[in-house]
Amino acid sequence: MTDIAIRVEGLAKQYEIGAAKVRHDTLRDTLVDYGGRFLKRWRRPDTQPENGDATHIWALKDVSFEVKRGQVMGLIGRNGAGKSTLLKMLSRITEPTSGRAEIHGRVGSLLEVGTGFDRELTGRENVYLNGTILGMRKAEIDRKFDDIVEFSGVQKFIDTPVKRYSSGMYVRLAFSVAAHLEPEILIIDEVLAVGDAEFQRKCLGKMGNIAQEGRTILFVSHSMSAVLRLCSHAVLLNGGRLVYQGPSASVVDRYLSSGSKTSSEKVWTEQELAAVQGPFRPLAVRICDSQGEHTEVVRSVLPFSVELEYQITAPIRDLALHIKLDTIQGERLFITSDRDDPANYQRYLVRQPGHYVSRCHVPASLLNRGVFVVEVSASIPNVQMLFSEPSVVRFSVDESGSPGSHWAGDRGGFFRPALAWDILAGIPTAEANR
Amino acid sequence: MEVTTPQTGPIFCIEPSRGWTALKLGELWHYRELLYFLAWRDIKVRYKQSAIGAGWALLQPLATMAIFTLIFGRLANMPSDGLPYSVFAFTGLLPWNYFAQALTRSSTSLVSNGGLISKVYFPRLIVPLSAAIAPLVDFAVAFLALVCMMLWYSIMPTWHWMVLPLCLSFAAISAFAVGLWLAALNVRYRDVAHTIPFLVQFWMFASPVAYPASLVPAKWRLLYGLNPMAGVIEGFRWCLLGTGTLDLRTLAMSALTVLALLWGGAIFFKRMERTFADVV
Repeated sequence: MTDIAIRVEGLAKQYEIGAAKVRHDTLRDTLVDYGGRFLKRWRRPDTQPENGDATHIWALKDVSFEVKRGQVMGLIGRNGAGKSTLLKMLSRITEPTSGRAEIHGRVGSLLEVGTGFDRELTGRENVYLNGTILGMRKAEIDRKFDDIVEFSGVQKFIDTPVKRYSSGMYVRLAFSVAAHLEPEILIIDEVLAVGDAEFQRKCLGKMGNIAQEGRTILFVSHSMSAVLRLCSHAVLLNGGRLVYQGPSASVVDRYLSSGSKTSSEKVWTEQELAAVQGPFRPLAVRICDSQGEHTEVVRSVLPFSVELEYQITAPIRDLALHIKLDTIQGERLFITSDRDDPANYQRYLVRQPGHYVSRCHVPASLLNRGVFVVEVSASIPNVQMLFSEPSVVRFSVDESGSPGSHWAGDRGGFFRPALAWDILAGIPTAEANR
Repeated sequence: MEVTTPQTGPIFCIEPSRGWTALKLGELWHYRELLYFLAWRDIKVRYKQSAIGAGWALLQPLATMAIFTLIFGRLANMPSDGLPYSVFAFTGLLPWNYFAQALTRSSTSLVSNGGLISKVYFPRLIVPLSAAIAPLVDFAVAFLALVCMMLWYSIMPTWHWMVLPLCLSFAAISAFAVGLWLAALNVRYRDVAHTIPFLVQFWMFASPVAYPASLVPAKWRLLYGLNPMAGVIEGFRWCLLGTGTLDLRTLAMSALTVLALLWGGAIFFKRMERTFADVV
């Protein structure tokens, strides 16, 4: 017995780019243009065209990873990274060009909600049709039918053709069938992209349940918060290659910070400044450590600061600079302003022309491990927005030495505060008081 | 719950297949319920939202019969083996219509089920197979009409009718065999879909639907047997109306043709199958 559910070894898939053009071409053209090539391929279909061939692309190349039994594995990457191709190969829909994969157990794959639904058939008929298509037995569907209908919430319309359904009802019924699939390994592609927020929450909940039952899930999503919530581990694909794998939090960070040129310092160039109108001219934004030195990585246990350097070309009354701090997943943590302090407010009622620095001091033991994004803006509150730049700088926080880091495992959450705890011993019990 | 335990769970190996692949008939058997549901869906959906529903299965062959009777029977005085021309033509139209339907639908089945093929795994052979099976229902409906007509003309079938299921299966296998080739080709070359109506029409005139096979000169008979539908239609008339004879040599020729088509079709299909999901 093995504890591996899916083992992928050097899996690769090559597509013919010309395929899209060829396939609707007429037979005659194809015979004329591709006749020779077709014959050659027909005789030796296993011959792989050489790498530099411009008419072929590798949708996936040399991908290897393992999914353990009971593990919920996320699969992330940008569009065209090869996620869907990988899922299709693991679901046996399409064959790899080379490499191999072993799957230990019954696979249910859900690459689309409502595959095979026929608009003319009633809800009841579609439950049976779709269930069978997904690999259920008729007896199994008979048994689960009531649960499926109840979960979908379309009891009243179960004998109505689904073409009369609202799109929400349609999707709910379709997902409900899929949710009652009981394979050992579940392969899911972006199903959460459909439906309203309420429905998506329901889907996530159901998937969480499936995971808790100890079944293996391979899950593709563009929603990083869904990946973080559901998956313990993740694989990052880019351009058909596996670029990173590990615990989902670190893979998500890696994914979100990849492909972006943003660093922890931003200095405006002359050209960029030319586009900025008005008396407020930004010069630089940077993250500084406790020594005041520019840094990319901030330690959670030490204070750090966000420095805004700017120039004023004409007196501005009531100017306020704001810093908005977000997690890389996009959750807003806080907004702070250099006029929050009444003393500063009084002192800088009007800012005269000149060169300024506004520095925001962030105390120690505030942020947890992760990557954070800073947005800055300058405005006259309730009157005029002078300047605003989202995700102008980003930095990462290292949690080493912070409270609880001597315990194994990753602590979730955005904050890592050092809080005071009392432990009281020797409290008399309620019975003793009586 | 019928979830298999990890110890006994199946292990699938996903690898590029090379050379000739097995037909995996066992797997096909495992998916028999899907075959049933796909055929059932085709039957259900076919006459949905039409006023006379399955009446179309009756109306179409009857109308064709009426036209044939008028043109070939009355105007052209086509010989009909000594039977009322309408019964003669209808007995030929019955297996022919089934064959034409099964052939057309199975040939286009992969493309029309493209959504399924690119999203779910199942043995692809099921798709053309279910499409070839579904028109049997239309056949059954029209067959009832034939029974009524035979009663009307007081034509009593002999023991020959017991061979009828054999003839019908032969028609089904022929349609499926040709359907396999065309379905696989249609995935890559949509030209096939445009060729089919023409092919079906041509094939009908090459089959003894409107005329008796006895019109074909004896020396061409063996060649005529290359068309499996010639044997099937003559077989139908022999079974039900008792006309003509079963020419065993022609039948053997037809059987060989169909077997060759089926065997080659299955191999061709399996070979093309690898890229269905990518190009459909």
